[in-house]
Amino acid sequence: MLKYVAKRIGLAIVTIWAVATITFFLMNMVPGGPFLSEKAISPQATAALEAKYGLDKPLFQQYLTYIMDALHGDFGDSLKQRGRTVMDIILMKFPVSARLGGVSVLVSLLIGIPLGCIAALKRGKFLDSLISVVATCGIAVPSFVICTVLLYFLGVNLQLLPTMGLTSWKHYIMPVMALSFYPTAYIMRLMRSSMLDVLGQDYMRTARAKGLSGGVILFKHALRNAVLPVVTYVGPMLAYTVTGSFVVEKIFTIPGLGGEFIKAINGRDYTLIMGTTIFLATLIIIMNVVVDIVYKIVDPRIKLK
Amino acid sequence: MKQNPFSFQLKLNPDDFLPASEEEKQSQVIMRESVSFWKDGMRRLVKNKVAMVSLVVIILVMIFSFIVPAFYPYSYKEQIKGANNLAPMQYSAQEQARIDAGEKVFPHIFGTDKMGRDYAIRVMMGSRISLLVGLIATGIILIIGSIYGSIAAFFGGWVDLVMMRIVDIIYTIPDILLIVLLSFALKAPLEGLKNVPGFSWVGVVGENLISIFVVFALLYWVGMARMVRSQVLMLKESEYVTAARALGVSNGKIIRKHLLTNCIGTLIVTTTLQIPSSIFTESFLSFLGMGVAVPLPSLGSLASDAINGMNTYPYLLFIPALLISLIILSFNLLGDGLRDAFDPKLKN
Repeated sequence: MLKYVAKRIGLAIVTIWAVATITFFLMNMVPGGPFLSEKAISPQATAALEAKYGLDKPLFQQYLTYIMDALHGDFGDSLKQRGRTVMDIILMKFPVSARLGGVSVLVSLLIGIPLGCIAALKRGKFLDSLISVVATCGIAVPSFVICTVLLYFLGVNLQLLPTMGLTSWKHYIMPVMALSFYPTAYIMRLMRSSMLDVLGQDYMRTARAKGLSGGVILFKHALRNAVLPVVTYVGPMLAYTVTGSFVVEKIFTIPGLGGEFIKAINGRDYTLIMGTTIFLATLIIIMNVVVDIVYKIVDPRIKLK
Repeated sequence: MKQNPFSFQLKLNPDDFLPASEEEKQSQVIMRESVSFWKDGMRRLVKNKVAMVSLVVIILVMIFSFIVPAFYPYSYKEQIKGANNLAPMQYSAQEQARIDAGEKVFPHIFGTDKMGRDYAIRVMMGSRISLLVGLIATGIILIIGSIYGSIAAFFGGWVDLVMMRIVDIIYTIPDILLIVLLSFALKAPLEGLKNVPGFSWVGVVGENLISIFVVFALLYWVGMARMVRSQVLMLKESEYVTAARALGVSNGKIIRKHLLTNCIGTLIVTTTLQIPSSIFTESFLSFLGMGVAVPLPSLGSLASDAINGMNTYPYLLFIPALLISLIILSFNLLGDGLRDAFDPKLKN
């Protein structure tokens, strides 16, 4: 077990380093610099600014300096938003994205798992077909389509919900619906097939033969085993909701980290690009590792290799 | 003669060597031709109604986007004067005058956009681009993934270890972040490449489109590689591979002729299911403004452009949005059908 955990953590660190390195060199391939704005700054001023942020040094040296600083937890100052460190910006914007993503994950789990179970228990009945059709369609519809359709009907036509920002609970409804649509559909499918698998197992028959009540069988024997594949999906789902919120944030003008990232790339704000990428990548990778380890703990049948 | 019980001498009976009677010959006649892998799979596929309906939808969309534009009286970049923001089936004042004069004017089935371009042809071109991106990107993924996966599995040992660790790393890299970054980073070098003689096709295809392909080639093959690897790991233990090796067939030929051809079922299924996800990613990028370049439309960019005028011209948004959902849905359902028909083991 310890060996497995160590291996996963080692791989995670290598991946984070790879992401940081790739991002660093890719970012410097993007033409233009952070100080080439519409206002003509004199070449001396540009040179002074570049010297201040160390951008005049050779690229490889910049890279080493950055990695060393980042290892000490210093992600530098934003090049565009003067006087604010990258960490400040991330810590200000991330909670918005995190709340949105967290609520979406919760909603998709709370809807997806019960509906998937119902579909499996009513296999072949009308309810099963209905849930399957909804799930299949949910996987096929891109998030921006859902966003715009919601925006048109609920926001613009019926004027039921606010269309911009994220200030009250009403503001959450549409973005959360848009973000949780795909994961909900996916969980429903996953839950249905794994529940069907579990229902056919021998221990289910044994449990019934022992005369256990339906509720105990369902919750203690079936659900606990069937929910395992969903646990593995939570990692990728978090990644999806964090990055998928790029589109949702754009459409509903939510001041989250996704919009900040696109803005940073457009403005060549090198330190902010690096900071956000490393932050998001680390978050996603840690989530994946945690989910994998938890999965091995909950399901002792999986051999640790 | 009494025979030694331990003798190896055969006990031959002259009756065994008589010519077979007609009756005996009958039992050797093959009553039903043996069913090949393909025939068996196709039979199962044809029986699957959902898959067949999706196949028909895909073919219709392909006709709609590849053949119809050739006969269509408008072009996707042609701006018709005075025909801005027409509703579906509406004519502009000039066109109405021409109709009154007895001339025949082809109707704008889906109306026109704010620049006076016929929307039906733009949607057709958009779905052509989306389909092309999906197919080409999937082709790239198929080639890289199958070669990489089969090499890793075939050679095994430390080769496999190193190659699969690389896959693991790429697998955990958050893709959208890198896609956004890559499409920005690749823009400039590709624009430079456009002016180099021999590379003028870059301008025709568009830099953004190429950077999308590069992104797919760099990041998205890992799923395919894992799938192929697990298949090849199993197949390489089969007797025919040992036989081929004993006959001195080269490694490359064994991979090509024996291993890859035998996991064709998996390859087909994975490829079909990859197409919708490629289209999905392209539309996502186009929606964020990082997809195909203007005036070339894609379904994602059409939907993105229509958002601002959503209140007054909702059909401009719903037509491409609906079409892209339909395309992705049909490919998904067809892929599921193919999986059930050709590779039932993959189901779990």
